[in-house]
Amino acid sequence: MNGHLTVFELSKPGRIAVDMPTSDVPEESLETLVKAEYLRSKPAQLPEMSQPDLVRHYTALSNRNFGVDSGFYPLGSCTMKYNPKVNEDVSRYSGFADLHPLSSPKEAQGALELLYTMEQYLAEITGMDAVTMQPVAGAHGELTGLKLIRAYHRARGENRTKVIVPDSAHGTNPASATVCGLETVEIKSNPDGSINLEALKLAVGPDTAALMLTNPSTLGLFETHIQEIAQIVHDAGGLLYYDGANMNAIMGVVRPGDMGFDVVHLNLHKTFSTPHGGGGPGSGPVGVKQNLIPFLPTPVITYDGNQYYLDQDRPQSIGRMHSFYGNFGVIVRAYAYIRSMGADGLRQVSEDAVLNANYCLSQLKEHYHAPFERNSKHECIITAQKQKAFGVRALDIAKRLLDYGYHPPTIYFPMIVDEAIMIEPTETESKETLDGFIEVMRKIAHEAETDAAKVQQAPHSTVVGRMDEAQAARKPVVRWKD
Amino acid sequence: MAWSYLPHTREDRELMCKAIGIRSTEELFSDIPVSLRLASPLKLPPSLSEPEVARHLSELASANKSVRELVCFRGGGAYDHYIPSVASHILSRSEFYSAYTQYQPEISQGYLQALWEYQSMISELTGMEVANASMYDGGTALAEAAMMACAAGKKDKILVGGTLHPHYREVLVTYARDQAMSIIDVPPLDGIIDLDRLGWLIDETTAAIIVQSPNFLGNIENLKEIGRIAHAKGAFLIASVDPISLGVLEAPGVLGADIVVGEGQSLGLGLNFGGPYLGFFATTEKFMRKMPGRIVGQTTDNRGNRGFVLTLQAREQHIRRNKATSNICSNEALCALAAAIYMSALGKTGFREVSRQCLQKAHYTYSSLTALTGCEAAFTSGFFKEFSIKLQKSVTKVNEGLLEKGILGGIDLGGYYPELEHHMLICVTEKRTKEEIDQLAREMEALI
Repeated sequence: MNGHLTVFELSKPGRIAVDMPTSDVPEESLETLVKAEYLRSKPAQLPEMSQPDLVRHYTALSNRNFGVDSGFYPLGSCTMKYNPKVNEDVSRYSGFADLHPLSSPKEAQGALELLYTMEQYLAEITGMDAVTMQPVAGAHGELTGLKLIRAYHRARGENRTKVIVPDSAHGTNPASATVCGLETVEIKSNPDGSINLEALKLAVGPDTAALMLTNPSTLGLFETHIQEIAQIVHDAGGLLYYDGANMNAIMGVVRPGDMGFDVVHLNLHKTFSTPHGGGGPGSGPVGVKQNLIPFLPTPVITYDGNQYYLDQDRPQSIGRMHSFYGNFGVIVRAYAYIRSMGADGLRQVSEDAVLNANYCLSQLKEHYHAPFERNSKHECIITAQKQKAFGVRALDIAKRLLDYGYHPPTIYFPMIVDEAIMIEPTETESKETLDGFIEVMRKIAHEAETDAAKVQQAPHSTVVGRMDEAQAARKPVVRWKD
Repeated sequence: MAWSYLPHTREDRELMCKAIGIRSTEELFSDIPVSLRLASPLKLPPSLSEPEVARHLSELASANKSVRELVCFRGGGAYDHYIPSVASHILSRSEFYSAYTQYQPEISQGYLQALWEYQSMISELTGMEVANASMYDGGTALAEAAMMACAAGKKDKILVGGTLHPHYREVLVTYARDQAMSIIDVPPLDGIIDLDRLGWLIDETTAAIIVQSPNFLGNIENLKEIGRIAHAKGAFLIASVDPISLGVLEAPGVLGADIVVGEGQSLGLGLNFGGPYLGFFATTEKFMRKMPGRIVGQTTDNRGNRGFVLTLQAREQHIRRNKATSNICSNEALCALAAAIYMSALGKTGFREVSRQCLQKAHYTYSSLTALTGCEAAFTSGFFKEFSIKLQKSVTKVNEGLLEKGILGGIDLGGYYPELEHHMLICVTEKRTKEEIDQLAREMEALI
């Protein structure tokens, strides 16, 4: 059984899915226009399909895929909230979608105003002094932020090369540090994922460039000693970097800028409702405090009270991070979201997100091991520790959830919790949805005890079963070959 | 007040608080030090209803002049190609766009297969053995290619053709600075890389040569010869290409490129004021395990079905952390899907035809414009869909005049290269008609 055929298998010479107009200019032979040695010797073997077949192909593929609109998607750390439809529509307005990035600013005042205003909104939400919209993903924001930090130290004549990262951090934190040419110093967290102050004190020094921190932490818990942490890092001359992955927990409640963070990135595709797109496009704006503004990437959007401009003349800037101004189309959606919600709405978002996570935790902690006593923030952690005794692991529970029509929570992250199952319901899920999920999770816990094999062999009802990932990696087949 | 994206009623919230054992949601934030908590609401404009949002955004959109209103002769890494209707319809399916990364292959087969097909088509188009599932954009894909070349070759010097897109060069320099990578420019001659200068500058410490072809000035570079020069010194050839050109121009893989990257916006993505765009990244099998980004591989499931999974994840940040080949996580998956739809919609003959028409129409425009008094060809090198002309007047002034006639004129090259003052970079895609081109020539004649 081959499942669904690929475009290459569906291809038949002579078919095409879009009619092309005939060229109406006088033509010359290709050989007169281009040196013969530069001409393509063998046409690219792209598939040939009729329009109806093409549409059926991709529709069939979409039916073999699960999105937030398909059902509950409590993937921890990813904030899979509903994507409002009006935002999709407004991003496709011709004035945005068909606007050339090298238009003169005069012809792009609406776009520049939107970007400029968005910077102000995000600065207010995070408590920072300025924001750049250029980074196009969370990790891209991290890299931008770390570059700003390096530039700041460099301008002060200091070459600080170490970034402190707790062992509970997202993998992108240490990876971004490496891409920024910095060395990662990993410190052990307390068992609840909070920063171990003693370990931090030992780790900081004259070579500390920054501490990267997520707050609430990747375990969904608020770092209550944040002011002390900021003090320790700042006293050592380092800066505090805020990984905004978990911003959905605290909007309108508390701001990274007020906690002492110097640099923050946000994920508009998480907190600000833009679609994840199956892994992008995202947007990862970065906010900074006053002392880092000179280093922001160019061009910087400025406003003279009358017109918006692109300012390239920033001698201390880290330079350009993106070919143009970031993922503008994503930013339009997030802008529409902020305008829809307003300050009260955003606060309600965070309250409901936190309420939903705690509700799930409260209803599951009898059936699953819940490692932390405290109230969580927007995501909660349970583990498969109890089920492990029956040979059922977090992975099996995740796969069994597929049979019941749910996207599973994040599993095995954070790595410091054994058999972790991290649930982030988000605020856009109703009590009924959560109750349905809770019931299924309880049922699976019961199945683990009574019929472990059923869980271990799950999923049973999906279009394909568990994949041989070892085979895929051992002999990679990453493209079609005749 | 009720928000349409928030389902909870007051009763729901009360019931849930009760179940948790708290009086109000306020208690869930009680662990946040009081001194840190916001005392007053955020200073944001009041919330708008859906029709109000639509109206407000429509006003902002109409304060821009899009290529829907103008006849576009501007390119420079962002191109006004025709986007088949099927693309937007398929991309609107929220099973695709509202999903996240395919960590659960059993319910992500559709996307995984589409990305695998995308990788196959990019490999085919570029003439390379493997491609990843996307990078952020043309500039960052190039920077990642440079980093990969340095890591693979254990060297840190990169020679960059002076004809590279100046924005890509800026991105590269930004990435390079903290990587201790040295960037050395190879000056152009007649609008293409000066091969003699390249020969003098390259040595055994060179990790790679970066060449854009067709380059920023529109001209086609001699990739084969540059590849030979690179390989003779043990350096890699990184080619940044316009994918549309590959309908007519030889695949860089055939010409000896080791890494091929580029901006995929031309493949069915809107101009979007510069993003979201699509970085594509293709290379040889030898480098597969050093590639950045997601890679989809074919495999079988426990029932014997063919299926697809994210593979070679041991390269990636979520497994390898600070030893990862790149920090990229979210990429531009939906844009890769758009490109896959575009390439399969045009197919073998349609893709070639788009490419051919770009070439033909650009050359017709070139002949029409260079026949005018006061406008001459800037270079003698061959070009694809963009070319540079030299005027005797300020390009800004000419563009202002064109705009009044509803034409978005070419790029002012003097803004990037002081020595190219009064030079304009014109772009002609398959969308332009003879009538539009003739109109451009008429208006130009009046303006220069």
